[in-house]
Amino acid sequence: MLDLKYLAAVLATVFVINLALRAVPFAILQPLRKSRFVNTMATWMPVGIVVILAASTFRSVAGDGSRLAYAAFAVVLTVGVHLLGGRRTLLSVGAGTLAYVLLVNAL
Amino acid sequence: MDALVVTSRKAEIAAGVRASLAAGLGMYPIGLAFGLLVIQAGLPWWVAPALSIACFAGSLELLLIGMIAAATPLATIALTAFLVNFRHVFYAFTFPLHVVRNRFALAYSVYTLVDEAYAVTAANPRGWTSWRLVTMQAAFQFYWVGGGLTGVLVGSLLPARIEGLEFALCALFVTLTLDACRSRDGVPSLLLAALSFSIAIVVAPHAALFVGLLLFIATLVARYLVVRGRDA
Repeated sequence: MLDLKYLAAVLATVFVINLALRAVPFAILQPLRKSRFVNTMATWMPVGIVVILAASTFRSVAGDGSRLAYAAFAVVLTVGVHLLGGRRTLLSVGAGTLAYVLLVNAL
Repeated sequence: MDALVVTSRKAEIAAGVRASLAAGLGMYPIGLAFGLLVIQAGLPWWVAPALSIACFAGSLELLLIGMIAAATPLATIALTAFLVNFRHVFYAFTFPLHVVRNRFALAYSVYTLVDEAYAVTAANPRGWTSWRLVTMQAAFQFYWVGGGLTGVLVGSLLPARIEGLEFALCALFVTLTLDACRSRDGVPSLLLAALSFSIAIVVAPHAALFVGLLLFIATLVARYLVVRGRDA
């Protein structure tokens, strides 16, 4: 069963971090705008973070390897639909997820 | 005079709702998927609105479902939240917060500074008023929480768990990667991230996300020092 204390700690943690990331920059806008390090990290970070999240979620979906082929196929399909379908996120995510759900349940 | 103020306030609220509609069309279905995944992960229904109120940030909330269900350590959750939402730091540069005067409205506007709110104001930088801006942000939260509640309702009505639905989150990050890496400039970061996560899987298979993210940041700092040394 879900541990309420743990859940409360998670909610408090993400609340504070999320709010701080949104609020603190307004207070220190000038030094942030001038910092070369911060601006460089801003351009370099996003793509790496999202690809790590993609790999990490892929890893948990593929599990012990039994669904590796299905997950890999669904990723290829998602990429294909996204690039050929005009980068419509809902369409690409929908197509990939539908394919994965069908493969897992039908085969 | 008062009638005039009321009319302009009404017009601004209407303009805020109009400004929210296009992005809202995308937020509601993703919110629905979020609610559905909360039920599928075996969590109680109220976790969906609780997460959307504690931290209004779509992709992080989606990630948190799996992390909470797996009882992930708080340190990993904190690092993930920090890095996934780090991009918000740069929204302050252009977000028209200066139009908001009321203290509560100001706090709410900062708290609900989601990607969509930033994107809409970045695309239309002029003409924002306090009522218009805060109405748009409140509408965004309304669509998202509404989508989440619809999702938990749908999820609890389904006779059985839909196997494989959790792939949606992986697919979402795949599309975000494609959108973040549109030019060759993104390739070094992509490779450093792939290397960092691969090392993490080998050396710390049970904390791969945490270690992988830390390694990636370390490689970026090293890259920054190298590039700066070369330029100097």
